[in-house]
Amino acid sequence: MGIEGVGARVARKEDKRFITGGGRYVDDMVVPGMKHAVFVRSPHAHAEIKKIDVKKAQAMPGVVGVLTGKQLKADGIGNLICGWMIHSKDGTPMKMGAWSPLAVDKVRYVGDAVVIVVADTKGQARDAAEAVEITYKELKAVVGATKALEKGAPQIHAEAENNLIFDWEIGDGKATDAAIKSAAHVTRMKIVNNRLVPNAMEPRAALGHYDKAEDHYTCWTTSQNPHLARLVMSAFYNVAPENKLRVIAPDVGGGFGSKIYIYPEEIVCLWASKKTGVPVKWVADRTESFLSDAHGRDHVSTVEMAFDKDNRITGLKVNTIANLGAYMSLFSSCVPTYLYATLLSGQYDIPAIHANVRTVYTNTAPVDAYRGAGRPEATYLLERTMETAARELGVTPAELRRKNFITSFPHQTPVILSYDAGDYNASLDAAMKAADYAGFTKRKADAAKQGKLRGIGMSCYIEACGLAPSAAVGSLGAGVGLWESAEVRVNAVGTIEVLTGSHSHGQGHETTFAQLVSQRFGVPFDSVSIVHGDTDKVQMGMGSYGSRSGAVGMSAVAKALDKVEAKAKKIAAHLLEADEGDIVIENGEVKVAGTDKSLPWFQVALASYTAHNLPAGMEPGLKETAFYDPSNFTFPAGCYICEVEIDPETGLTEIIQFVAADDFGNIINPMIVEGQVHGGIAQGVGQALLEGAHYDASGQLLTASYMDYTMPRADDLPSFKVSTSNTPCPGNPLGVKGCGEAGAIGSPPAVINAITDALGVVDIAMPASPSTVWSAIHAKKH
Amino acid sequence: MSDVSLTVNGRRVSGNAEDRTLLVHFLREQLGLTGTHVGCDTSQCGACVVHVDGRAVKSCTMLAVQASGSTIVTIEGLANGADLHPVQAAFKEHHGLQCGFCTPGMIMAATDMISRHPQGLDEATVRAELDGNICRCTGYHNIVKAILAASQAMAKGSKGKAKQAA
Repeated sequence: MGIEGVGARVARKEDKRFITGGGRYVDDMVVPGMKHAVFVRSPHAHAEIKKIDVKKAQAMPGVVGVLTGKQLKADGIGNLICGWMIHSKDGTPMKMGAWSPLAVDKVRYVGDAVVIVVADTKGQARDAAEAVEITYKELKAVVGATKALEKGAPQIHAEAENNLIFDWEIGDGKATDAAIKSAAHVTRMKIVNNRLVPNAMEPRAALGHYDKAEDHYTCWTTSQNPHLARLVMSAFYNVAPENKLRVIAPDVGGGFGSKIYIYPEEIVCLWASKKTGVPVKWVADRTESFLSDAHGRDHVSTVEMAFDKDNRITGLKVNTIANLGAYMSLFSSCVPTYLYATLLSGQYDIPAIHANVRTVYTNTAPVDAYRGAGRPEATYLLERTMETAARELGVTPAELRRKNFITSFPHQTPVILSYDAGDYNASLDAAMKAADYAGFTKRKADAAKQGKLRGIGMSCYIEACGLAPSAAVGSLGAGVGLWESAEVRVNAVGTIEVLTGSHSHGQGHETTFAQLVSQRFGVPFDSVSIVHGDTDKVQMGMGSYGSRSGAVGMSAVAKALDKVEAKAKKIAAHLLEADEGDIVIENGEVKVAGTDKSLPWFQVALASYTAHNLPAGMEPGLKETAFYDPSNFTFPAGCYICEVEIDPETGLTEIIQFVAADDFGNIINPMIVEGQVHGGIAQGVGQALLEGAHYDASGQLLTASYMDYTMPRADDLPSFKVSTSNTPCPGNPLGVKGCGEAGAIGSPPAVINAITDALGVVDIAMPASPSTVWSAIHAKKH
Repeated sequence: MSDVSLTVNGRRVSGNAEDRTLLVHFLREQLGLTGTHVGCDTSQCGACVVHVDGRAVKSCTMLAVQASGSTIVTIEGLANGADLHPVQAAFKEHHGLQCGFCTPGMIMAATDMISRHPQGLDEATVRAELDGNICRCTGYHNIVKAILAASQAMAKGSKGKAKQAA
């Protein structure tokens, strides 16, 4: 295979192993002497642990160890942390309740891990887990965030009075109130963003191996960011010092945010391996994943949007209650704050914005980032409100949006962010054209003749990606920097390895990162290998989430390539007795521009390692590292249009067409970008039509399997019409913005705007299941 | 414990399994064929689909001992040596996979689907027939495209062979 550069629709390098059964996921790993773990989890949403009796379990066949939270604490293993400090508007720090990897005195949600059982086989571990006797004293539970704030609600953590974690605000409250007071029109809505379970197809898993002879730990884990896992497990959980802990995230079967966090299980498996003297593997069942993976969304908000007499937005006031579940997960605090409220300006020029966000403990699974993380919630709130406002004001949805679009850049919003580039009219035009928006009226009339209800809805989203400038996030409370690192190793024969701190769990980095290198040096695509996911190989990294691998991870690679290129040119100039400034690298040749003097790429690489004839003072070798810290977020944006047809007899919604017009800046591999958009839309449509995590009043998760939680299936979805436009991102060397989350961010409001249009109702709850839609139709009739 | 004898990917194998051992665990743990995946506990996701005596079966719905005596093809045995099966090739060409976890089950279900529809497939049929396989990455768009392309390629291939035979 030849050169495959930036912009090429090249098939993926990684596919060979996945399509032949050669993928290597954590559950595929086998270490000699390995045993299997099962966690005993709380069946109660809220209870005191009175007694744990493990005697019977310990005596069961094959059992190697049965370990409790008390033993874990006695060994000095630390509590889980939330890595982003938020202060309430009164200046007090967020109220973080203790989260022990194995519960000690109290359990706070169904699925809270209490005991680990290790046995020869998983079956034996499961049998023994059933023999662990735990005496609980049940307490009253609370599952809804609004209810949890009520006086007299069960108190979940002693540290957080009334279950309030923080009461935070952003923007100018006075100016916003004044705008609403003097408005010609105010649109008011209550917006509920339903709770979701991420559901990567590979369940979470961990394999902990303590090597006594070396006094060294290895952890294979389903992680989106192995280096962060190592750092946190070492610095905060006291599992092992960093130099004695290797974390490997091999092939990982999807993440969508849920595999960012360091969960109790990997910590406990590592500790249990030392305690029992055997490697310990745990793989979640699907129901265990439903119970204990971090969930997403779960916001309840009110919004007031003020307009002047020309239909220009003059102010936006938002009040949000966000359910964070029973414990504060690793980045749970930044999702409903800096990843949410900072996006409330959307694509619109809004002079005054104020948002108040209260986060709340409940007796449910922890809630954290799920694909989009905060930005889908902001987009849904804003785009549902715009739709309602357009209907109230008697203008078309497109007209109202165009009137309020930001059209000059950079644009400073009233909520921190400074948008660097965009063309929102271009996306809207492209989407309306692709959807044949003009022909909708006729299609609606034709459908009506068949007794069907047609509706069309749009959504103009923006997101902040490429997370993130370290100093900026540091000033906002982040405990980490969000740069990325890369190392480019040119071998003596000219082949190249790129080691990246980004982690691919479906995104295809082994392909796109190689395209960047293949283009830069004109070397064959096959001669470039990408290495990721192992803390012993890659120097350091912050992993993949927030659509950051292109904008930040590849920018780090580009920076390292700059250094390699500069050194290669110096060597070539020396060997060819030419001026360094005249050297160019093209098609695998290092040439003196305008002459026939050249060296093949590999010969320059070889010369760097033989070191027989290098410029005076130059170190041998051709290997460079770089850390890249972005100067700003990136701002992908676009317009999505959904057309639905509803059968009023059954309430079933069929998506007739779904159009996505995105601006991702420059694109490395259009095939992969389109795939990211398809998958994101499916998750967004899932949220709008099918998915919802439901707890009953006692805190039992009613949707804890694929028989109860509706995952989008192939026949729930159409083929999508996707296209892109391009305003290159000025903030990074590649001009890329990121495409991983857009689909999930932009699509839910487009679907719900279409359904409410079809039904002629103001609002409908997500998921708009057939029964919900049918009920709405009949509520309207009566 | 029971004896289990199978022909897997053309090779005769036998082993000893607990009566409760599922076929998928036997394949993964005893035979080391880890391409077949477990994505759920309720036989919904289809990541574990293999061919048992020529039919697509969720290997989590079958005990290993039940399968004894059967001929099984897993994802590892689908290609003809170095030559990818047309469905494998189509998944790669049309970007029908991202994280790869559901992919083996998808490919095994798709080859079965294509062989059950020798007259060819349309999009609606493919989508309906994929009901037992869940993918969280691709939104199914490119999976459907890949299966339709593979179906066409295989129809052409078999026509070619029929002509040659004639």
